[in-house]
Amino acid sequence: MWRIAGQFTGTSQQVSPVVKQQVLILYLQTSALDSPVVGWSLYDGTAELDYMAGDSAEPPYDTGLAALRDGWRLLQISPLLPHNRGDEFRTGYLKYEFLFEKLTSCKEVDTLIER
Amino acid sequence: MNANDLNKLTTSQMARFAAKGYLRFDGVVPEKINASFLDDICSASLTPSSVKDHYAQIKRSSVIPLVSPGTPLTEAYPEQSALQALLSLPAVAGAVESLVGLDCVVDHHFLHVTFPPTYFNRPQRSQPTHQDSTIDPRQAFDIQLLYFPHEVTVDMGGTRFLPGSHFRVVSEEALARYQNIRGQQHVVCPAGTVMLFHMGLWHGAGLNQSDRLRYMFKIRLCPTKRQLRLCDDSAPISTQPRPIFWDSGNQAEDLNSILTTPEPWFEADTSRLEYINRIRFWRYISGDQQFDADYWVTRVENDYDG
Repeated sequence: MWRIAGQFTGTSQQVSPVVKQQVLILYLQTSALDSPVVGWSLYDGTAELDYMAGDSAEPPYDTGLAALRDGWRLLQISPLLPHNRGDEFRTGYLKYEFLFEKLTSCKEVDTLIER
Repeated sequence: MNANDLNKLTTSQMARFAAKGYLRFDGVVPEKINASFLDDICSASLTPSSVKDHYAQIKRSSVIPLVSPGTPLTEAYPEQSALQALLSLPAVAGAVESLVGLDCVVDHHFLHVTFPPTYFNRPQRSQPTHQDSTIDPRQAFDIQLLYFPHEVTVDMGGTRFLPGSHFRVVSEEALARYQNIRGQQHVVCPAGTVMLFHMGLWHGAGLNQSDRLRYMFKIRLCPTKRQLRLCDDSAPISTQPRPIFWDSGNQAEDLNSILTTPEPWFEADTSRLEYINRIRFWRYISGDQQFDADYWVTRVENDYDG
């Protein structure tokens, strides 16, 4: 049996909680979680809000730790990599990326499809 | 135009370009040229029915020439055209010469048209942040000339860009994950504004939430030889070493300070790498291989055999 949220196919329907993910990516000034935010991105799986490039001038949190204390679950942090000879001074992508999630229960009309 | 008529960049302006990756000339293009350009692209007489149709109409009816890559800039635009008039302005021609030389060539050009929401039947999104072209680790650099022929208001979603990002070696739209970065700017400007971007500057088009079309004409220009001492150095800026860390706290602006001023988004450690990259860029364009700012490069080059 498969449950597909939000689709109406004419089969039996019911209202039930569906857990959806919100993703927050913070780019920090150092590898420490409590250092200041220099960049940020948000993706909302609940579709309540839509985020895009250039949509805000101030970050949602001042530090990564502030996000943690607000209930965001830390999933991944950037590893600290050695500096290859000859490439020590090259800069590239934002260096200290911290990936967070929140799981949110949404009430949706679900459809049960018999397989 | 005689080379002496050009307003070449000063050493101080070049230093700012080295540090920030862009220069901005607000309202430098006279209204007559702006009106002529907008007339050339038929912006007023066309009633666009769709994005695709509008581009097709402009290409059919406008006088923007088709230019193959490698065409000398001096041969790219018709003598009497608004674009040639724009490129002949002493401030514009002087800045272009100071950055890529008089004998630079055109890589490509493009008329960017950003449409308001009424042209779409679904919500629009801003263009993700990106670096043009592809991975480009050269020391030589191209520039992108951005010409804004009409006023750009906040709601028109002017080009978003990130000062100081030009030395980051990245792969085009691999940056798309970065929605917002501290210090990012959105172009809001009067008609006739010209901006000059280092090719590596991170940028993206904003979302046009006004009821008007937004036009921006971009020309990418490439040097044809080493970019060496091209700016006007008749008013040199001080390059003398100054005390660092334990200082007076009240130091005058000089090349040291311009090249070691961080951007709000720099990581704590990579800000120092950015200084090193700026210093090496300055050595490249000045030919002064001994130049340093606040000892950042000398310190890591102070090595001895045996």
